[in-house]
Amino acid sequence: MSYILIAVIVLGAIGLIAALVLFAASKKFAVYEDPRIAQVSELLPGANCGGCGFAGCGGMADALVKGADAGSIDGLSCPVGGAAVMGQVADLLGMAIANGEPKVAVVRCNGTCEHRPKIAEYVGLRTCAAIHACGAGETACGYGCLGCGDCVEACQFDAIRINTETGIVEVDEEKCVACGACTKACPRNIIELRKKGPKGRRVYVSCVNRDKGAVSMKACKSSCIGCGKCAKECPFGAITIGNNCSYIAPEKCRLCRKCLVVCPTHAIVSVNFPVPKPIERKEETV
Amino acid sequence: MSIKTFRIGGIHPEENKLTHEVETQMAALPKQAIFPLSQHIGAPAIPVVQKGDKVKVGTLIAGAGSFVSAPIYSSVSGTVLKIDSAIDATGYRNPAIYINVEGDDWEDSIDRSDKLETVKDHPELTPDLIVNLIKDAGVVGMGGACFPTFIKLTPPPTSKAECVIINAVECEPYITADYRLMMEKADEILVGLQLLMIAAKVTKGYIGIETNKPKAISLLTKKCTEAFSASDYEVEVVPLKQRYPQGGEKQLVDAVIRRQVPAPPAIPVNVGAIVQNVGTAYAVYEAVMKHKPLFERYTTVTGKRLAHPGNFLVRMGTPMKNLIEACGGMPEGENKLLAGGPMMGKALTSDEVPICKGTNSVTILSDDDARRKEPQPCIRCAKCVNACPMGLEPYLLAKVSEVKNWERAEHEDITSCIECGSCQFTCPAHRPLLDNIRLGKSTVMGIIRNRNAKK
Repeated sequence: MSYILIAVIVLGAIGLIAALVLFAASKKFAVYEDPRIAQVSELLPGANCGGCGFAGCGGMADALVKGADAGSIDGLSCPVGGAAVMGQVADLLGMAIANGEPKVAVVRCNGTCEHRPKIAEYVGLRTCAAIHACGAGETACGYGCLGCGDCVEACQFDAIRINTETGIVEVDEEKCVACGACTKACPRNIIELRKKGPKGRRVYVSCVNRDKGAVSMKACKSSCIGCGKCAKECPFGAITIGNNCSYIAPEKCRLCRKCLVVCPTHAIVSVNFPVPKPIERKEETV
Repeated sequence: MSIKTFRIGGIHPEENKLTHEVETQMAALPKQAIFPLSQHIGAPAIPVVQKGDKVKVGTLIAGAGSFVSAPIYSSVSGTVLKIDSAIDATGYRNPAIYINVEGDDWEDSIDRSDKLETVKDHPELTPDLIVNLIKDAGVVGMGGACFPTFIKLTPPPTSKAECVIINAVECEPYITADYRLMMEKADEILVGLQLLMIAAKVTKGYIGIETNKPKAISLLTKKCTEAFSASDYEVEVVPLKQRYPQGGEKQLVDAVIRRQVPAPPAIPVNVGAIVQNVGTAYAVYEAVMKHKPLFERYTTVTGKRLAHPGNFLVRMGTPMKNLIEACGGMPEGENKLLAGGPMMGKALTSDEVPICKGTNSVTILSDDDARRKEPQPCIRCAKCVNACPMGLEPYLLAKVSEVKNWERAEHEDITSCIECGSCQFTCPAHRPLLDNIRLGKSTVMGIIRNRNAKK
């Protein structure tokens, strides 16, 4: 009997002492973590895609709370959750929504099998990075899509696929969250995050070829030759020509589509416009 | 005594030295010569001519872009057509100078006679003068890597050169340009070696030759005795067992003087050796003794299906197409065009690519030789581990590169890979080991560069 009693008393005493030590330690060495970090983390999608620029959602939540304390969460944006999630976060933190417009990944290459003839056959490791390291690839264009899907592999949202007919990749706008993983995976920097545009309407130059016109035309019938007609035509000064290639600045473009009409190689593309405008194309030779 | 070779790994691919006994011909002058501005390791050269300028053979057309760079000289006389882009051996368009060829008018400063100039006739040649002449003549490593030669001759103060090793191994299948050079220009090569030894301030020299070139071994041994027996210089011809990649610097140093070069950033001079290609020795002779800058080289044009494969003394800037035509034209059917040999060569998609400083061969593989077999799963047989001359584990490096585990790749010494392709050659499952490793290596080197830049 007494043995049991002794055991209970000794163990009870040890337990009590340990509890007191632990209690003291938890008070003395307490690290204060803002409860809002956990709350913000709850709101974020939890995909840990890195699209915001941080390693994961935890880092983003931390940065958001710190930003809120410092008075501004401008420049922090979750591309996956978009405006909805950022709105909730802003409400929670009592900040104004400092969000940009939604963006979407755009593949800037028109080099379908039809436009861009094959001049060689590549035998070896079939990844874009491997082909890019070897040279221009199977076609004569050293800038265009290689069609092996490094971006497809990088996408965590199943938003890019290879179109087997054209041989180049396509972005599913519904699924794309503009995390930017594909832009980093593409060895040729073809993919750009562009403003999604009203009702998803966008106009962009679907080519990044920097060769002179004659050379790029030889490689691909639908390449931008840097002729500058679109830049002259644009009433808003949105188009610039650099390195033999044209670029439409999304923030200046007003979607009038005048550039489309003058482009001799059909390198400019417009998407999501309701009915294709009856375009009277001036027959011109390059 | 057994024949020397390097200690780790190595393979023995089929030699296919089709052009061993084909005497070197002068290649015809092209109608238009193209000079890529980046023919060497380092910064691209900067053009010093403009459209419409008249140039002669041996006129400077582009100056060195930075310390690690090399000037480029015209190999033809004529008019500069334009400075534009041209497809080079990288497979991409890069800046290049186009020259329309008119006649064959040489700069007066170049000594075009065949008279052999020896070091004895030129007591004025000091080490510094030789290094400067080499630098100004745009001489780079002629084995294919194209590292500016003068930098190799001026090692960092932390290391001291003890010997010069001439790389006359030519372990790569098909290529015979170095062999022909040795057979035809042995005296000049030895003077070139002596100049290199003076420049490096050493008296010991070696010439490493594989035993599949017995004539070259006996010829050079004889000439060495004639040239150096009565001098302070000690030069030895070292016959080496045939084994690829013996022509790799580190392998050659191990084979000849039994010293192993540590992992990068160590270079052969850290163990006392300066390795120079036999073609470089000849280029040094011409640059120093004949005042002839580097604009010509020996190149093999070869392939089993070519009608007349041969060796050419070719002016740089000549499109490969011209040489292939001279050999009977591109064979019918599927061909793989390579700048270099089948192991280290770079596959090209255009035959317009010009011959550059490093183009030791134009190889055309046909049909089955050109095609890889379907890859199968790795069976962990470790043949690649046995074959790797750097003592690496290729299957592992390929895997960690494939899954993008760059930290592990760096830890496993991926930067030591010399991209010789022995692993891929020996793999019974035909796995694209080198393709993966090469990607991993370039990524890891980029990461290391960024890290060092931040420090």
